[in-house]
Amino acid sequence: MAVIRDLNKDKMDVVEGSYAVAHSVKVCKPNVISAYPITPQTHIVEDLSQFMADGEIPNCEYIMVESEFSALSALVGSAAVGARCYSATTSQGLELMHEILFNVSGMRLPIVMTIANRAVSAPINIWNDQQDSISQRDTGWIQLYAEDLQEASDMTAQAYKIAEDKDVMLPAMVCMDGFILSHVYEPLVLLEQDLVDEYLPPYNPELTLDSKNPMTFGAFADPESYTEFRYLQQKAMNNALAKIEEAASDFQKVFGRYYGGLVDEYETEDAEIILMAMGSVIGTIKDTIDALRAKGVKVGLLKVRSFRPFPVEAIHNVIKNAKVVVAIDKNISLGLNEGALFTETKASLYNTSIDVPVIGRMIGHGGRDIPVSTIEKIVDEAANVMKSGISVESQYADLKEELL
Amino acid sequence: MSIRLGGVCEPGSTRVNKTGGWRTFRPVYDYDKCIKCKLCELLCPDMSVLEWEDGYFQFDYDFCKGCGICANECPKDAISMVLEEK
Repeated sequence: MAVIRDLNKDKMDVVEGSYAVAHSVKVCKPNVISAYPITPQTHIVEDLSQFMADGEIPNCEYIMVESEFSALSALVGSAAVGARCYSATTSQGLELMHEILFNVSGMRLPIVMTIANRAVSAPINIWNDQQDSISQRDTGWIQLYAEDLQEASDMTAQAYKIAEDKDVMLPAMVCMDGFILSHVYEPLVLLEQDLVDEYLPPYNPELTLDSKNPMTFGAFADPESYTEFRYLQQKAMNNALAKIEEAASDFQKVFGRYYGGLVDEYETEDAEIILMAMGSVIGTIKDTIDALRAKGVKVGLLKVRSFRPFPVEAIHNVIKNAKVVVAIDKNISLGLNEGALFTETKASLYNTSIDVPVIGRMIGHGGRDIPVSTIEKIVDEAANVMKSGISVESQYADLKEELL
Repeated sequence: MSIRLGGVCEPGSTRVNKTGGWRTFRPVYDYDKCIKCKLCELLCPDMSVLEWEDGYFQFDYDFCKGCGICANECPKDAISMVLEEK
């Protein structure tokens, strides 16, 4: 599966990642935006407030709040009256939203939120890793991870399409690596209003808060019915698997760009070693693969775009013929010493006929640079696993022993 | 009953969610001590104290969770908390 890009240079602008996302939000015509600024998400909401001040987003309210908890709470009410809602956050701000994240998904409100991925405290650190969003994986939000600015920008429109689908009705996070994507300038095509209007229909909820026809949202569920709510949320996640694929192909039809659906592949056809990853590290991995392929190393990449729902079948289809798989994570489950992508890929293979060794390597925590040499080291270790079996299942690939 | 998307329901649905089953202690009036001051009705967090025609009060045991605020605040100790039995 190849990445198809519309490289029409006449249409391209060089803008900051945050601006590209803010522009995408604008052309998706939100009715309510509420967000609290926090590094490295700040530029997104600054750009949106500028758009608001300039009157560029009609029929929209920007609600000023004193915290991320309030930002998302304000959107719960707004989404319940039928508004298309947007927020953006990161790190501690996202963790502060934890309680409301469950409310949004339980109430089946299709809010879209950009996460400018950042490490969590303590120690305080503003740089990029993916611990913040991964820590919210069980809140019932769809989680999509972008590789570059164009994808982060395009994914925003796709996220609304998926979230607001009648068979899904779940909130969605568009995760983009903080600074690496949010603050970098790259040439890209800003979403055109007329094409977005063609791609994304207006949000049309079935039930809304309405004083003329009173309803209760977020009501009490006793032990007799609570389980069924969770069952229905999981069913919606299952439905989202196909809708994510569909949103990506529909996007290609209208805009001419495609990045894969649930996953994407790079040089996997004859690959013995397959690296799996999410987010901006994909670019570095692709460059490393190009160099290693020139030397005859049969290595490929599985890019995971959707972490929730977890695309088990799509992943299996790619890795089933590999000789070794390495899951690369920018997060850790403390107490297990594994990254989430590794744990879940490994677990998904249990009770299947696919017999491929999987190892996990954690890198890039707290914004540590990920040079090509680190990826090469990981590929070397994978080659050793092919020859002699797994020696270390999961570990930090860039640990500085001299600091310990 | 089938669940609507997101559990949206008509107002008044909490009437069927009877919360009295959680109770360990039930409040009981001693009407000889009650001076009809209404504090129990005002302070009940679950609207489970109902006023009757004679000005006295009764508990709605379908919804009283047995928190004991009424007994604690009654100025005349007219309410006692009695252990629920099966």
